[in-house]
Amino acid sequence: MRVEEYAERRVELEGWPVNVTSWRLGETWHAKADNVSPGATLARIAAPSRQEAEEKAIARAQELLSRTHRRAV
Amino acid sequence: MSDYAHPEVLVTTQWVADHAADPNVRVVEIDVDTKAYDEGHVPGAIAWAWNTQLCDTLTRDILSKEQFERLNNDAGVGNNTTLVLYGDNNNWFAAWAFWQAKIYGHQDVRLMDGGRKKWLLEGRELSTEKPAVKPASGYRASDGDLSLRAFLTQVQEAERSHGAAMIDVRGPQEFSGEILAPPGLPETCQRGGHIPGARNVPWAKAANEDGTFKSFDELRQIYGGEGVDGSKPVIAYCRIGERSSHTWFALKYLLGYDNVRNYDGSWTEWGNLVGAPVERGAAAAAGQR
Repeated sequence: MRVEEYAERRVELEGWPVNVTSWRLGETWHAKADNVSPGATLARIAAPSRQEAEEKAIARAQELLSRTHRRAV
Repeated sequence: MSDYAHPEVLVTTQWVADHAADPNVRVVEIDVDTKAYDEGHVPGAIAWAWNTQLCDTLTRDILSKEQFERLNNDAGVGNNTTLVLYGDNNNWFAAWAFWQAKIYGHQDVRLMDGGRKKWLLEGRELSTEKPAVKPASGYRASDGDLSLRAFLTQVQEAERSHGAAMIDVRGPQEFSGEILAPPGLPETCQRGGHIPGARNVPWAKAANEDGTFKSFDELRQIYGGEGVDGSKPVIAYCRIGERSSHTWFALKYLLGYDNVRNYDGSWTEWGNLVGAPVERGAAAAAGQR
């Protein structure tokens, strides 16, 4: 099967820029959320629709990002 | 790719599409997120998990020579196999595997330029089937080439003597000490900041939007602008050594600098070390050191 409808967008979660990527493989939609710097994957979700996959990936990424502690330097 | 010092170590996604099924080619996906392979991978590719198959799981170390031989034998890889590595996050852990393959003397190992991201972006075929692998038995690794690796004592000496250009390839907020790990990931150190004297050149500066490496001229300008021009030894580090493998690859094979080491102990070692000097704050502009 080929990757179809690949799309990327940037959102801000908990003050951090995050890349949300989604695509379809057959009947399944895949989404992942990566922190922009350094670009590590925070969440990877498969779901029947793009909306559901992206929403779940964003929710999981938000949960993880909310735990990131900024220190004064 | 032709301007690179060693263009033979990179292959395009099209090359992989054309050659993945060749009998002397073994394509391996190595991801930061080891679930990515199961979502779909380059048809015919096998997977290596960085956290169980590309390190010693008891001692914090890379594979031993014997473990590396077993890994390749299990993958049906011979000494003359063309090993093509790719993965997510612009090939971070694929570069880590490449680095180990070079330590153990595998001659023909290559990265798929752009990694998993470019393959998806181009709408290429993905398979969810794991290929049947006929194990080999004759793989022989070389003794480890430790000139590619920096150990703590070498980094400490370089920090004291300024005998090497030190590149911290983490993000600016990790470098400054504002955060102890990439946003959203677990903190793995006791102190934030960077090794005194290190320059901050985040790994991503070497990559284009589609995940491919920037051109020779662009790379030379990026690293040269931070005083890294190949005239003295270079030590690259990050948090656990995989992002710095990406930079090590760019410096060693794309720019052709001879003396480049990857400090895989990285910040997880230095930032937990009792008594180690740490510098905090943003990177100074180039030329201000």
